[in-house]
Amino acid sequence: MTAPVSDHALEVVNLKKTFGGLTVTQNVSLTVRPGERRLIIGPNGAGKTTLFNQISGDLRPNSGAVRLFGADITYLPPYKRAHCGLARTYQIITLFASDTLEHNVTLGLLGLRKTRWQMWLPLSFYHDLASEARKILDAVGLLHLAAYPVSEIAYGEKRRAELAMALAQRPRVLLLDEPLAGLSNTERLTVKTLIASIPRETTLIMIEHDMDTALDLAETVTLLDYGRVIVDGERDAVIADPRTREVYLGG
Amino acid sequence: MKWLGIALIAGSLLLPPLLAGDFYVNLASQILIASIFALSLNLLVGFGGMTSLGHASYLGVAAYISALLTSKYGIGHGAAAAISISGTIAMAAFFGVIALRASGLGFLMITLALSQVLWGLAYRMSNVTNGDNGITGLTRPAPFGISLDNPVSFYWFVLIVTVAAFVMMTMFVSSAFGSSLKGVRDQPRRMAALGFNPWLIRWITFIYAGFWGGIAGLLYVYYHKYIHPSSLSTTSSAEALLGVIAGGSGTLGGPVAGAALVLLLKNYASAYIERWNMLLGFVFLFIVLVMPRGIVPGVSRLVTSLREGSR
Repeated sequence: MTAPVSDHALEVVNLKKTFGGLTVTQNVSLTVRPGERRLIIGPNGAGKTTLFNQISGDLRPNSGAVRLFGADITYLPPYKRAHCGLARTYQIITLFASDTLEHNVTLGLLGLRKTRWQMWLPLSFYHDLASEARKILDAVGLLHLAAYPVSEIAYGEKRRAELAMALAQRPRVLLLDEPLAGLSNTERLTVKTLIASIPRETTLIMIEHDMDTALDLAETVTLLDYGRVIVDGERDAVIADPRTREVYLGG
Repeated sequence: MKWLGIALIAGSLLLPPLLAGDFYVNLASQILIASIFALSLNLLVGFGGMTSLGHASYLGVAAYISALLTSKYGIGHGAAAAISISGTIAMAAFFGVIALRASGLGFLMITLALSQVLWGLAYRMSNVTNGDNGITGLTRPAPFGISLDNPVSFYWFVLIVTVAAFVMMTMFVSSAFGSSLKGVRDQPRRMAALGFNPWLIRWITFIYAGFWGGIAGLLYVYYHKYIHPSSLSTTSSAEALLGVIAGGSGTLGGPVAGAALVLLLKNYASAYIERWNMLLGFVFLFIVLVMPRGIVPGVSRLVTSLREGSR
């Protein structure tokens, strides 16, 4: 697709979504610069994941628009958005449990390649895919577990595998839905270092509750509540804002 | 150990024509045909997570097209087979568009409904299909001038097609596309987020399964030299589905084992017990209770635990 030139990696314009009588996204507008590190915070039920699902295409908004590098993707199915450079991880671990870690990452690589339509040669024939998958696993520190099925690895390792799968796509915009959820302090530190090492070619948008860790990674913060953007701006300004204290930090 | 298994399987495939009488050779041919049919259904059920209760449509329609073309219109077997398979593929493409609007139970009901329509047509359009009388007096093809009329030569023919079918379907599920198919079965949302088109992957698989169902249908009509609407019935679809589940869905050997089980029970038990269906029911109950994932996974687990126990 030919993307019009835009200053923004992601633009969300007046997005609205209702489930029956319940409005879960109310006129949400956001702009994210290329390379930006954006943190989205808000109390439970604020509509953070619902917003992600509309950006990734799992949910259709009632009205409004989503643009990726200027191209309107509001009505594209999720798989086409992936081909436009969008990737995401899930709050609830969504991996292929009975397959090996290497196979999981290989699927991440395969999704954007023509090879995925190959019907005759065994997948194991493609050594370049396997070696690239192992490289990515090495980068997230899971190479020693490459041959293990996902069902046999620890929870913290699964969290990193989630990340590895999305990184395999070399996304231009990456949505991280609570990448630190349920991790121990040591594991948090590992994943934090990992996220910090993601190159600037990838724009990061992250939902996270662990403020101590997430604020270090963020440059800008958006506070959502009841499906609305309450505060939006540079990190320190948003943290200092009295509305943030009232709604979220429980000040 | 692996080579011993392969040698055993190869031996058991080569033995029937050498040792046994015509009855057993014919039974073996039927088992092979049912295996191709079950393997094709397994692409949907086991590898695609699409449980179909209408797979007999492809077997029946391919068989009917071939029967009509060769008997009524005097078309040669080669051309009839080509037209029959093309027709079956086109039908699978069309049915796939309808059935894949739903998943799970909805998908199952649509496949069931579509196959019931075809079954009804085969019964009612008696000016074309000869209705309940079926089409009789059919012939077997003679590839390269070799007559397939005696059971042994027909068995070899079916064996060659079966081996080709098994190899090609195995290649299909082990390929990159096969990995996408299994991925879409397990995590469709994730697969879409990774750039795979779940609908298209399912649809292509649906057509491919229809193609092999059609091949099984051709062999079926060649074997029986007769076709009846019951080949399109839900019972025919359900028997194959039971075979796949009993043998082990999502495994390569499972559908073959399951198809063999159903046919052996049908042919043997029915000679001794009038209500052989009841026996079939008990056997399935036993399998589901003892080996919930099917015969092939169950037995291989048993073998592993025995070997570890003997150490």
